[in-house]
Amino acid sequence: MQIVVDLTLCQGYAQCVFLAPEVFRLHGEEALLYTPTVPDDQLERVRQAAAACPVQAILVGEEVSAGDR
Amino acid sequence: MTDDLRKGRIVIVGASLAGLRAAETLREEGFTGSLTVVGDEAYPPYDRPPLSKQVLLGQTAPDATGLPIRRDPDAEWRLGVRATGLDPMGKRVLLSDGDPLPFDRLLIATGTRARPWPNPEEAALEGVFTLRTCDDAGGLAARLAAGPRRVLVIGGGFTGSEIASACRERGLEVTVAERGPGPLVGALGGTLSKLAAAMHRGHGVDLRCGVTVTALHGDGGGRFIGADLSDGSRVEADVCVVALGAVRNVEWLADAGLAAGPRGVACDAGCRAFNMYGIVTDDVFVAGDVSRFPHPLFEYQMLSLEHWGNAVAQAEVAAHNMVSPGPLRRPHLAVPMFWSSQFGLNIKSVGVPSFSDQVVIAQGSLEARRLAMVYGYRGRVTAAVTVNMAKSLEYYQHLIETAAPFPPAPGAADRPMAAEIPVPSDVPDPKGLSHGPTVALTGYLPDRRLTVVQH
Ligand SMILES: Cc1cc2nc3c(=O)[nH]c(=O)nc-3n(C[C@H](O)[C@H](O)[C@H](O)COP(=O)(O)OP(=O)(O)OC[C@H]3O[C@@H](n4cnc5c(N)ncnc54)[C@H](O)[C@@H]3O)c2cc1C
Ligand code: SF4
Repeated sequence: MQIVVDLTLCQGYAQCVFLAPEVFRLHGEEALLYTPTVPDDQLERVRQAAAACPVQAILVGEEVSAGDR
Repeated sequence: MTDDLRKGRIVIVGASLAGLRAAETLREEGFTGSLTVVGDEAYPPYDRPPLSKQVLLGQTAPDATGLPIRRDPDAEWRLGVRATGLDPMGKRVLLSDGDPLPFDRLLIATGTRARPWPNPEEAALEGVFTLRTCDDAGGLAARLAAGPRRVLVIGGGFTGSEIASACRERGLEVTVAERGPGPLVGALGGTLSKLAAAMHRGHGVDLRCGVTVTALHGDGGGRFIGADLSDGSRVEADVCVVALGAVRNVEWLADAGLAAGPRGVACDAGCRAFNMYGIVTDDVFVAGDVSRFPHPLFEYQMLSLEHWGNAVAQAEVAAHNMVSPGPLRRPHLAVPMFWSSQFGLNIKSVGVPSFSDQVVIAQGSLEARRLAMVYGYRGRVTAAVTVNMAKSLEYYQHLIETAAPFPPAPGAADRPMAAEIPVPSDVPDPKGLSHGPTVALTGYLPDRRLTVVQH
């Protein structure tokens, strides 16, 4: 599973950081950094974080698969 | 008619952020015809902003920033294939590999590439990098991990500053050389550039402004060992990152008869490309970093934006318009937005800061490293930049959208105004900078340059 955070929307509320600290972290006071490739044991937490984000900035999905080439 | 537009053949050239979002949106909007996406990189669409942040910090592998898809766009992906030309009469895209691709409608989403170091021999030295692709990031990240003695970054724009920040965080010595008076000055103007310079120096960056790099040197074996600066000094380093801004990928359109040039491909607010006579086409659309489009909030200046959010928003509008008849088409009116994270600061901008003659700090202060700066042009609000105050940005966006008077009235997010005295915005002519501004006003605004003189 891959994620991308629309950081133009993100307001640094950090809900995602509380829900999935291994994937989302704050750099300084409010700059969000995250791991785009979600480890398998974090899938559920990341889904919860995406649902909880107040501005719906977290997009979860699969990568374009190489099989489509 | 609508039915016809939902069928047929659509080709997208450029398999990155704008190309992917357009492909998804076409299907969401009911396009059932054949869809082909051509991209010259060998990888499925991936995200670039992490390349100068998480990847250089060693937190994310360079090949792990693939973009997620909302839905499978059911497209044929021609990856590792370059479009070499466009035949506008025959409605075909010429390819580096294989037969020409016929289309009914085309989306141009070829973005930009890193501006190379002008001397090809020096650019080829081992240890000299640019940063645009995941391969670039992989090579650079590996060199940083190996612990070079010093990194030289040429250009103090957003990318150069983020690279310098990542180097310092990794404990590496870094020199930044910028021709202009300070980092980020082209994008944010004089006042915030002073804050940026203080952040560089406070974090131990050897920042050299008002200088150009005149030559890169290699040892006998072709490895980069240092550079000469215009002030006569020399920087010894074993890695050099050339961060001189971006070049638009328009060469393949040279014979297409479109209004395509170094500033991008001009299109209307509905993302339809103009031909070289300024006549709008109806089957060729443009989106993302390669485009140039008029924006009513900024006096219909043609904007060229190198912004993630613009690529997404414009791709969605372009895709909608590609499958919608005239009266149902939408304009791309999103207010430009940008973010950057460097030296632990979250810098966000809304509007066009370079479209300004004055600025005022509306909340917070430079000393606190937390502030909202509002930009005005001829008495109305045209942009705002927040530093570690992202939650305020929406308020200023509203002021921009409603063309509110500048300086703004107190009351943003119920805090008092920090300062009431506007000062010149001090946005220099980009020609005098090493870094490109990530927003370029490419239309005519004859009096804009006067602002610099107001010291
Ligand atoms: C290091 C870095 C950091 C960034 N950080 C930020 C940030 O913090 N905030 C922000 O808002 N933006 C940031 N950006 C900018 C953002 O990534 C771009 O705005 C975005 O990638 C634009 O997407 P695009 O699809 O229009 O163009 P691109 O991503 O440039 O994609 C164009 C694609 O088309 C391909 N192509 C070009 N010519 C051809 C051809 N003839 N045939 C086939 N394919 C072709 C290219 O190889 C490329 O894959 C950053 C960019 C970089 C490089
Ligand atoms: S929860 Fe949403 S708004 Fe908050 S930091 Fe995470 S992504 Fe940003």
